[in-house]
Amino acid sequence: MSIAGTLLRSRAVAALASPHGVDRYLELVNPMWAAHEVRARLVDLRREVDVPGEPAVATLTFQPTSTWRGHRPGQYVQLSVDLPGARRVTRCFTLSSAGSRPGERFTITLRANPDGEVSRFLAEAQPGQLVHLSQAEGDFVLPDRVPEHVLFITGGSGITPAMAMLRSLMLRTHRGRVTFLHYARSTEHQIFADELDQIRMAGYGVDVHLVHTGAGGRYFSALELERILPEFRDVDTWLCGPTGLVEAVQAAYRDAGAEDRLRVEYFQPPRSSGTAGGRLDFDRSGVSADNDGASILEQAEAAGLTPTFGCRMGICFSCTATKRSGTVRNILTGETSSRLDEDIRICVSTPEGDCSVDI
Amino acid sequence: MTTVENTGNRRLSAEELERFGAEMDAIRQRIVAELGEEDAAYIRGIVKNQRRFEVAGRALFYLPVIGWLPAVACLSISKILDNMEIGHNVMHGQYDWMGDPDLNSRMFDWDTMAPAENWKYGHNYMHHTFTNIVGKDRDIGYGILRMDEEQEWRPYYLGNPLYAFLLMTFFEWGVALHDLEVDELVAGRRTWAENREIGARIWRKVKKQTFKDYVLFPALTGPLFPLTFAGNVVANLVRNVWTFNIIFCGHFPAGVASFSQEECEDETSGHWYYRQLLGSANITGSRLFHIMSGNLSHQIEHHLFPDLPARRYPQIAEEVREICERYGLAYNTGRLSKQLFSVFGKICRYALPGRRAQQPSAATAEQVANVTVAA
Repeated sequence: MSIAGTLLRSRAVAALASPHGVDRYLELVNPMWAAHEVRARLVDLRREVDVPGEPAVATLTFQPTSTWRGHRPGQYVQLSVDLPGARRVTRCFTLSSAGSRPGERFTITLRANPDGEVSRFLAEAQPGQLVHLSQAEGDFVLPDRVPEHVLFITGGSGITPAMAMLRSLMLRTHRGRVTFLHYARSTEHQIFADELDQIRMAGYGVDVHLVHTGAGGRYFSALELERILPEFRDVDTWLCGPTGLVEAVQAAYRDAGAEDRLRVEYFQPPRSSGTAGGRLDFDRSGVSADNDGASILEQAEAAGLTPTFGCRMGICFSCTATKRSGTVRNILTGETSSRLDEDIRICVSTPEGDCSVDI
Repeated sequence: MTTVENTGNRRLSAEELERFGAEMDAIRQRIVAELGEEDAAYIRGIVKNQRRFEVAGRALFYLPVIGWLPAVACLSISKILDNMEIGHNVMHGQYDWMGDPDLNSRMFDWDTMAPAENWKYGHNYMHHTFTNIVGKDRDIGYGILRMDEEQEWRPYYLGNPLYAFLLMTFFEWGVALHDLEVDELVAGRRTWAENREIGARIWRKVKKQTFKDYVLFPALTGPLFPLTFAGNVVANLVRNVWTFNIIFCGHFPAGVASFSQEECEDETSGHWYYRQLLGSANITGSRLFHIMSGNLSHQIEHHLFPDLPARRYPQIAEEVREICERYGLAYNTGRLSKQLFSVFGKICRYALPGRRAQQPSAATAEQVANVTVAA
């Protein structure tokens, strides 16, 4: 593939395939052929947690196209999938496997949130399902020289990037110490329970502390951390979890004067949305305003911004912008929509409550 | 000006316009709610076929002599599909709801000289927003032809038929250069600075297109270079002639009204629909004909709902026609030959310094004023 790949990525082939690009032709022959883009097929799906009445957690194994450049544990990938109704939606998922080299299989582990249309779809997907990917992204990773002692503090789904790093440490036969502190609601909600158990049993210097807050386990506190690991101030720490946990841990490290030991990955909380008022954030320009009910285009202009626009009546698409989060109402159709990262025509969209747009 | 009265149509009262607009909005909302798998499968199927024709066309040039004509045919079909049913419609944002970057109005570029970004501004915004408003819609005569009596006659326009013929032959170049608004530049209403970026985009695209069609692909066929070169010229020409004719039948046949800027000041959405309807004309034909015209054979429906997938236009045509009948408005449609004959009649007629339209009578002027005020 490397010779074919080099050829397919050459300027000569690009000139021949102009203006559409060589991938537009390759994909028609075989969806798994690509010169630039990354796609993948689902080859295996395993349920990690299956508590009745609770969102399922599943690990999905993907075979990517040869264009996949591999990933480092802790990274994430943007995954797009065509949902029923022919609407392609993109979400970020953490890669849960220990790492992958170019073209190699990898896994993602996801929780099928009730309001997460992509994760719900993927948790029920059949092998063979095609998805569109970015390359692996993110710098929440272990350094090339792994410190002697590593501390992971994670909550809920935040365990996934830490698990990927832990797995790679096991494979690399990391000789130092690892402390793994994870918060889950209950034993039933515990992802990777068996694997963590095995790692604990193996006794290769990995201390696993699983705290189940729904079963009497205490929430994170500086005191608790001090008890588990008195020297935490001097230990490189990777932190990933819901906002409450992240803020509590950050405060503990700040008070201990050890902020430089802490690396944090946020799981962005969904924004609340109401029917009236709220804030309108213009992400790219860093400006925000009180939502006065006018179109986003008008409000952006009132805030001193100059977004591109054309007809100002929803027909020319010149003003299309990406809405990051929040709910908008299309004033042409009266429809409301709350999808993340959705393209909207700002001249005919008004925010319903808090909303952020990439302008 | 070919006023509404001159086309035999009537003015609608403010209330009528509002109801008329509401009926159009209802069609739009219904179709938007229905959009889904079928529309996606349709456009992906068209894309697949276009790419097949393209690859077949390029490959058949390797077959000396007997391959040439089929090659030209395949490549012509490919370019027509690419420009009409795919390019024009995708760049209108008709498939943006799918979220597929390959079919997104902000990403797509087509197999013709005009760069997508320039064209989208001139077409989606200028032409579709200000359709048939004399002095605003630059697609009335494209700054080259005299297609409305409101355009003052000059001896230059004696060449109207010749210019039309040249525009047809070099249509893809015309479309690309259209966005430079050379006529505005000459008239001093536009500066060179405004054109710098637009011109740079055209130059980049033209280089790619000419290199591909007139150097690279012919060279790849080795000794058959001249044949492949000629074949590519003909395929581009076929596409030029076809698209020119379809597009000229959209707004220039007899019975299509144009509007003054005063009529459209502070326009309501109802009047906007009314203007789109009276400013456009359809062509009847088979399903294949509609596909090859990118469904611009349903120019009326396209102008009423420019962002709905074009395959929906034939589905709603009957309904639009019925609404027109109820409001006593003409639904301008006819066979290709009839509409073409009408267009070429106009091109020739306006080459000569015909009478200017009679001034609208006091009563009509008052009526117009009323509508504007009510609006």
